[in-house]
Amino acid sequence: MLKRIPAIEMSGISKRFPGVSANDNINFKVYPGEIHALLGENGAGKSTLMSILAGLYRPDSGKIKIKGEAVKLRSPGNALEAGIGMIYQHFRLVSNFTIAENIILGTKNKKIGINKEQIESDIRSFSSSFGMEINPADKIYQLSLGEQQRVEILKMLYRGCEILIMDEPTTVLTPGEVKELFKILRTMAEQGKGVVLITHKLDEVMEIADYVTVLRSGKVVGDGQISELDKQSLTRMMVGRDIVHSQAEGKKQIGELILAVDNLNVKGVRGNRAVSNLSFNLYKGEILAIAGVAGNGQKELIEAIAGLREIESGSIEYEGEEIQHYNVKARAVLGIRTVPEDRIGMGLVPNISIMDNSILRSYLQDEFKKGFLLDYPKIKEYARQIISDYNIVCSDIHHPVNYLSGGNLQKLLLGREIDGNPRVLAAAYPVRGLDVAASEDVYNLFFHEREKGTAILLILEDLEDVFRIADRVAVMYQGSIKKILEVENTSIDEIGSIMLGAEVMGEQYAEV
Amino acid sequence: MDIIALTALLAASIAAGTAILFAAAGELLTERSGILNLGVEGMMLVGAVLGFIVTVNTGNHWLGVIGALVGGGIMAALHAVVTISLRANQVVSGLALTIFGTGLSGFLGKNYEGAPMLYQFKDLNIPVLQDIPVLGPIFFQHDIMVFLAMILAAGMWYVLYRTSWGITIRSVGENPQAADAAGINVARVRYFCTISGGMLAGLGGAYISLVYAPTWQQNMTAGRGWIAVALVIFALWNPTRAILGAYLFGGVEALTFRLQTMGIHISSFFLVMFPYIVTILVLVLVTIRRRQDAGAPEALGLSYDREER
Repeated sequence: MLKRIPAIEMSGISKRFPGVSANDNINFKVYPGEIHALLGENGAGKSTLMSILAGLYRPDSGKIKIKGEAVKLRSPGNALEAGIGMIYQHFRLVSNFTIAENIILGTKNKKIGINKEQIESDIRSFSSSFGMEINPADKIYQLSLGEQQRVEILKMLYRGCEILIMDEPTTVLTPGEVKELFKILRTMAEQGKGVVLITHKLDEVMEIADYVTVLRSGKVVGDGQISELDKQSLTRMMVGRDIVHSQAEGKKQIGELILAVDNLNVKGVRGNRAVSNLSFNLYKGEILAIAGVAGNGQKELIEAIAGLREIESGSIEYEGEEIQHYNVKARAVLGIRTVPEDRIGMGLVPNISIMDNSILRSYLQDEFKKGFLLDYPKIKEYARQIISDYNIVCSDIHHPVNYLSGGNLQKLLLGREIDGNPRVLAAAYPVRGLDVAASEDVYNLFFHEREKGTAILLILEDLEDVFRIADRVAVMYQGSIKKILEVENTSIDEIGSIMLGAEVMGEQYAEV
Repeated sequence: MDIIALTALLAASIAAGTAILFAAAGELLTERSGILNLGVEGMMLVGAVLGFIVTVNTGNHWLGVIGALVGGGIMAALHAVVTISLRANQVVSGLALTIFGTGLSGFLGKNYEGAPMLYQFKDLNIPVLQDIPVLGPIFFQHDIMVFLAMILAAGMWYVLYRTSWGITIRSVGENPQAADAAGINVARVRYFCTISGGMLAGLGGAYISLVYAPTWQQNMTAGRGWIAVALVIFALWNPTRAILGAYLFGGVEALTFRLQTMGIHISSFFLVMFPYIVTILVLVLVTIRRRQDAGAPEALGLSYDREER
């Protein structure tokens, strides 16, 4: 039998960033027709390794071979010529351009002028040959994230890529879209293309991949055929230990009504109606999760509750008092605390110190004041307290917060809000981008708060988390809450179909 | 005002707007690639003085034009190295180059102060077209540089919106990450656009010292570089609108002279302010009616570092 030649062979790859070794002597191979999962926690070095392959980063040492021949990839242009295309987590699309313009961007063109109609009809027929229906004249900003991802895939196919690398492709997709994507990837693999899937989601690996390579702290800690591995052993490789999922069992004491949102209408950034006729009740001592495809008004809802976004009509009642006209500070004083989606932009001030960030909400309180000056010794003590209470790893409280990792940022932010003794705690995507261990820490904070009787509203993206964490789940679609369900009485498939606008209960997706 | 005076005024507007149009077209190209060049005024002055000196010493105004292009290009190359390769702040670099260009041009032109320009571009009266009543004298009885500026700006529109080069240039200004991922050399495109833009600013300066006010005087561009920067915003980064805008601002300048000679008492300070007031009004309107695809290039003013995390 002939020995198969790998489409890609990376050997001895090392790459250091200031202070971290992102890749340490990594060997990695992909064969044609293979779906290869690159599994690891955040910061394990997956994206760095693939960015080297895509010509974005240059390795400090190591060799890359394509179809057995050594190559030097100095730029993404080189990599594309070599047939390697990478789709980043943040899509590399020009949002003011049409689909067609994005697809032909950077391709060599002999003619000076371009014939729009010709190109658009070419692209239309090209995309339908892969079973993707698009309108090439649409602008990127008009598309949903799932559609944008399809444009990225088409762009790579159009340029004749033999290896497609996708960085966390399912994060922005609905369960239905994920199935669509996997179908496309299967088709590509059948045509002999190699697919690399960067992910930290084990279930996806088990479902779609043929082969897996596991990275931890910049090193390869294991690899093998999926058929010969199970979730348990992969987790152990990925995390280095077994993860025990914590769950506060059985003692759910849902208390009395604390927050009632009634017929809320809120406008989005672009003047569209982001939240429309939305109503729900939140009770003391419960975790209510909001599930929905990103961009269905979740962000605007949280901002409206926080007081950051003006509402058009409707009411928000807190303990029987209408608070929709109160400003952010007044609501915070009442006990409504929110943790925004954008930690470093809205939650914390990136360039000021951990210490100063820890008192952003409370610096006006008497305990931190000394006349009209701030009482720094006391603030220092307070910041140290927060750091030890919430298990934040940092070298110095005087360092700017943007030196902290995502998990530590979130713990600082949550710690600060929880320390203000909230009665309603709302958080948007609290574990986005966090690894398994940090997510556990964050969820434990919420469990602890629930025990204290705080009402918790969480916007979550991972439906499995919803089932593990929440008591009730509200499904949001096009700005309103379609249905509120007890998590015991529903299923991922049911929620998934409501997220996509299905009115009928129990409608399910056919397994691919 | 009778029809003849009006025709003369409009023809003068076009002549007065030409220097601004060269500079604005250059700045527009530069900004389309994502680089903000606030050194236009300095580059115009260096172009004006070099154009003048070369022409006086060689007796050939085309060599003067080349001198101006080279002068503006070298200044812009400095801006490019500092902002593209070294990723320094574009505003600071641009302002520094304006101050530098003002001083340098004064220094180089010290011995030429007030000297007249003897070598003139002849009017290139376009046959047939120049005989159209009213329109002929307004549009078709000018020197070659005026036509060059029109063709250049129109050509720039074609290149930006109808060719793959244009898609490349605009993508670099909108989203350099995306352009880079598509295999485009972001730095090369930005160097090209910045240096070409500076050359055009130099050309605009030379138009003033060689044709429009044929002499050399320190600081003779008198803020036209800044008008060009404002005009790019006024034109919403579209070359065809820049043509109209340049002639509008040229018209305001021409009107300033006429009104004074006609004895109409509007403060000349007010008239000098006028183009800027218009710019501010346009900016306000643009911000109110903001459309996704008709505004500043998204990455304008931002340096691009591929390995930034």
